[in-house]
Amino acid sequence: MIRIPCPHCSARNSAEFRHVGESATRPDPSTVTPEQWRAYLYERSNPAGWTTETWFHTVGCRRYITVERHTVTNEIRAARPAGRDGRGGREPAEVLSTRADSGSPDAGGQA
Amino acid sequence: MATTPVSRRLPAQAGELIDRSRPLAFRWDGRRYVGLEGDTIVSALLANGVDVFSRSFKYSRPRGVLTGSFVDPGCTVQVGDEPNVRGAHRRLEAGMDVRPQNVWPSLRFDVKSANRLVGRFLTAGFYYKTFIKPQRLWPAYQQVLSRFASGGVTSEQNVHGYYDKRYVHVDVVVAGAGPAGMSAALAAADTGASVLLVEEEYELGGHLRYSGEQSLSTLSDLRAQVAARPSIEVMTDAVVTGRYDDNWVAVLQRHVVGAVERLVKVRAGVLVAAPGLIERPYVFDGNDLPGVMLSTAMRRLINLYAVEPGERAVVLTANGDGDAAVADLTRVGVDVVGVVDGRAGETIRRATGRGRLQAVELEDGTVLPADLLVTATGWTAPTSLLNMAGDRPVWNVTAARFVPSGTDLPSTVLATGGVVGDGGPEDLMAHGRAVGTLAGERAQGRAGGTVPTLPCAPHPAMFRASTHGFVDFSEDVSSKEVVAAAMEGYDSSELVKRFTTATMGPSQGKLETINTIAVLSEATGRAIEDLGTTVWRPPYAPISLGALAGRVFEPTRVSPMQGWHEQHGAVPLLAGQWIRPDHYGDAAREARNVRENVGIIDVTPLGKLELNGPDVPQLLNLVYVNKWSKLAVGSVRYGVMCAEDGVVMDDGVTGRLADDRYLMSTTSSGAATVWEWLENWLQTAHPDWQVHVTPVTTAYASINVAGPKSRELMQRVVEGGDLSTEAFGYMQVREGRIAGVADCVLWRIGFTGELSYELHVPASYGLHVWEELLEAGDDLGIRAFGVEAQRILRLEKGHLIVAQDTDGLTRAHSAGLGGIVKLDKDDFAGKPELAWHERFALATAPRLVALQPVDPTAVPPEASQIVTPEGDILGRITSSRMSPALGHGVCLAQVDPAVSAAGTVVTIRLPGGGDIAATVQEDLAFVDPEGVRLRA
Repeated sequence: MIRIPCPHCSARNSAEFRHVGESATRPDPSTVTPEQWRAYLYERSNPAGWTTETWFHTVGCRRYITVERHTVTNEIRAARPAGRDGRGGREPAEVLSTRADSGSPDAGGQA
Repeated sequence: MATTPVSRRLPAQAGELIDRSRPLAFRWDGRRYVGLEGDTIVSALLANGVDVFSRSFKYSRPRGVLTGSFVDPGCTVQVGDEPNVRGAHRRLEAGMDVRPQNVWPSLRFDVKSANRLVGRFLTAGFYYKTFIKPQRLWPAYQQVLSRFASGGVTSEQNVHGYYDKRYVHVDVVVAGAGPAGMSAALAAADTGASVLLVEEEYELGGHLRYSGEQSLSTLSDLRAQVAARPSIEVMTDAVVTGRYDDNWVAVLQRHVVGAVERLVKVRAGVLVAAPGLIERPYVFDGNDLPGVMLSTAMRRLINLYAVEPGERAVVLTANGDGDAAVADLTRVGVDVVGVVDGRAGETIRRATGRGRLQAVELEDGTVLPADLLVTATGWTAPTSLLNMAGDRPVWNVTAARFVPSGTDLPSTVLATGGVVGDGGPEDLMAHGRAVGTLAGERAQGRAGGTVPTLPCAPHPAMFRASTHGFVDFSEDVSSKEVVAAAMEGYDSSELVKRFTTATMGPSQGKLETINTIAVLSEATGRAIEDLGTTVWRPPYAPISLGALAGRVFEPTRVSPMQGWHEQHGAVPLLAGQWIRPDHYGDAAREARNVRENVGIIDVTPLGKLELNGPDVPQLLNLVYVNKWSKLAVGSVRYGVMCAEDGVVMDDGVTGRLADDRYLMSTTSSGAATVWEWLENWLQTAHPDWQVHVTPVTTAYASINVAGPKSRELMQRVVEGGDLSTEAFGYMQVREGRIAGVADCVLWRIGFTGELSYELHVPASYGLHVWEELLEAGDDLGIRAFGVEAQRILRLEKGHLIVAQDTDGLTRAHSAGLGGIVKLDKDDFAGKPELAWHERFALATAPRLVALQPVDPTAVPPEASQIVTPEGDILGRITSSRMSPALGHGVCLAQVDPAVSAAGTVVTIRLPGGGDIAATVQEDLAFVDPEGVRLRA
């Protein structure tokens, strides 16, 4: 299993993290068209190569981190706190509900 | 039937593993035999003259020893209640009850051997073409076919054994402890590295164990050196079975003390693969007869177990190991009646015999009577671990085998010994030392150094004689079938593997790959190097499911009041990891009591988050669909959260306790999700906001007090507070002392349609406050109520439950929540979708409605479909209960807007069959629709 070099906790097994997904730029909600918004919600480029994605360190520091990973070799060349990417933008890492797959022990079943 | 005991045991052999002073009695196929300590099951049986151990998969042919190792296809036996034991590897133990597998009715006479008569119809892939029609006969086919399926017997009564797990962080892992592996381990240790040396056999040494006196002396020296280094941990009867990213290595330890097996998960700095070479069978007619075996099998039998493998032998040799086999046979007095030299271009044609080998026919037509045929026609490099690390093996024409290419390996994966090249012990040890030094240096961050080479020796390319024989003994695939498959168009390695199932048996290609590809090469005219091998995937060796599962921990979470619940007859409800009281015997009665008097329920699993900081209102405005800027201190508001697709994610109330202090509640099932959702927005999108989130779900025990007498009860336990409706109205929050406990939070909310309060008590005082409430409310008719009663109450009130009455597509408007979505707010999560939904989708999107079945006794099961007369689906029942307050069934449903108008009669199709009618209600609430009782 791969190791994620968490900027706060140093290299940890990926089982300590939740893979959130490929990073995306949030369109301006006041001007976006439905097609553009839905592309933001559901479409990602999913390359066979270097990708920028977010991981959440569930059982560690509980911070979101942005990772640059090569999807074929699993080599990781960068890992930094999320939301402070080089472009200067601040993007939410989570876009859709993780209700179904939050493996956190905090989840309490039906209300 | 008594027979004279046969003994094929030889006099003492140098290096033998058996202890002649310790006989072990055991049973085989129902009869009693005696072996020796140190024997494997198969060597003990061979010593007793038993040489048939199983029948093959498809054709039920009798099988004996072929390789004499773990992967020997004919030596899989049942030991007691353990199936699929590798009899040529497993050590004999006193009292073992060993039986053959896959025999019907017995090993000697197996009805399925009649398969050989219909062998023509059982060629590769026959099951793709037969037993398909007529479909109604499938149960019958299955009954018969299951008799023919291979494998042992396991019983559901078997006690689940204890399987262990261990985590190891080590500089260097060496897989294989032959001369090269041991040398690598020693050299790595000498650089200062920590080393884990893993060996499949029960003792170290690899082929040095059975290669003569000189080798034994070298071996003894190596073993002493390994033992003298405390930084080398040794595991025997263990196998490196997988290499994953970043040298995450799986090691399976078999037969550890105190556990059945142990899965060791290793994070290694450097992995050194030193698995040696696996001898390859030769393909010819009769190559699976008992009595035909590989040179390594024969040399193990003689040298390790002092077992005479036969009396009259023919040896087909194409290398030095075959020559050494001839020498061993001669030394122990076996009559070698023929030596066929592959290097001189000689070969055999076929082996014949009824049930076992009786004669060997040479290419020139000579027939030699013999009971033992030994072949030494070549090797397979088990490159699996290297392949898992990215290496693609290349065909070495000179050596007639695939070898690692070495070009695509990371610098942290190395290989040494036979898997790389050839040589005598000295060459292998020198290479091992060089690689081990490199491994140790690299593991400790000292880069540099090149991998030394170990050249391959030339070897004749011998794969198949002039006749056809088995290429896969486990799957009963013959070379003829490989040719036929190629003719049918399955002409690549991957296709022919899958169509014929060759290489898909228990040995997973270790014995089969090269022969299969060589025959495919013959059939297609394409060179072996162009065909390549199939992909090697983990596990390299079989792992039991028990080892993978390991110890299973199932933590549970309980509130501080759980003991009370159990003592009072609570039926437990598993909700996530929480155990909650479902009811205390009569949920309907509990619900009625809430409406008539007062009830209390333990709602500790309710998600709770404390929010601190000046920017909390901004966060609330962002994550909730309604407005929060004007929430005053002491006020509580209900909120709904949607994700960015507008789908309802969670709901709850949030109260403002102080200027910069809020308490947010979520659903119990959403507690974790919502915490992460808030962190998502704060960490990534708005790191400039000053907000701190602290999860306090388990810091507070939470109790809901509901019913017309709840104010009276609360007044008795809340200290110094005016709880009149003027002073403490609906949707307000206070902090204070309850039943003597400080720092409690009390808010007036309600979703049961009754006057109610929710208390959050510092958790360690939860039970105390619970009991105080019960005592204080005794004369008020107080009863505890459970989750089931609460479900009934909230349903009567028409209050939705997220993820019960909503699903992954339900936007706010479809949950009856359109009214609280404030689209005139600035950006908030889900706003664009909610705006579009309101503009374009309201007419067509499903709606949440309350339904009352026409028949007052009817309670349609949840998920029942709502249908048109034609049977098209219009919606479904999401919640459904019998209402004790009203005396009829009450439901919530998601329905098509066309049938959502009040008064519409819909048809509900029951899962068991049959339809019932129900009427759409004006309001979601059946009880207290105006909220009068709630606001009392």
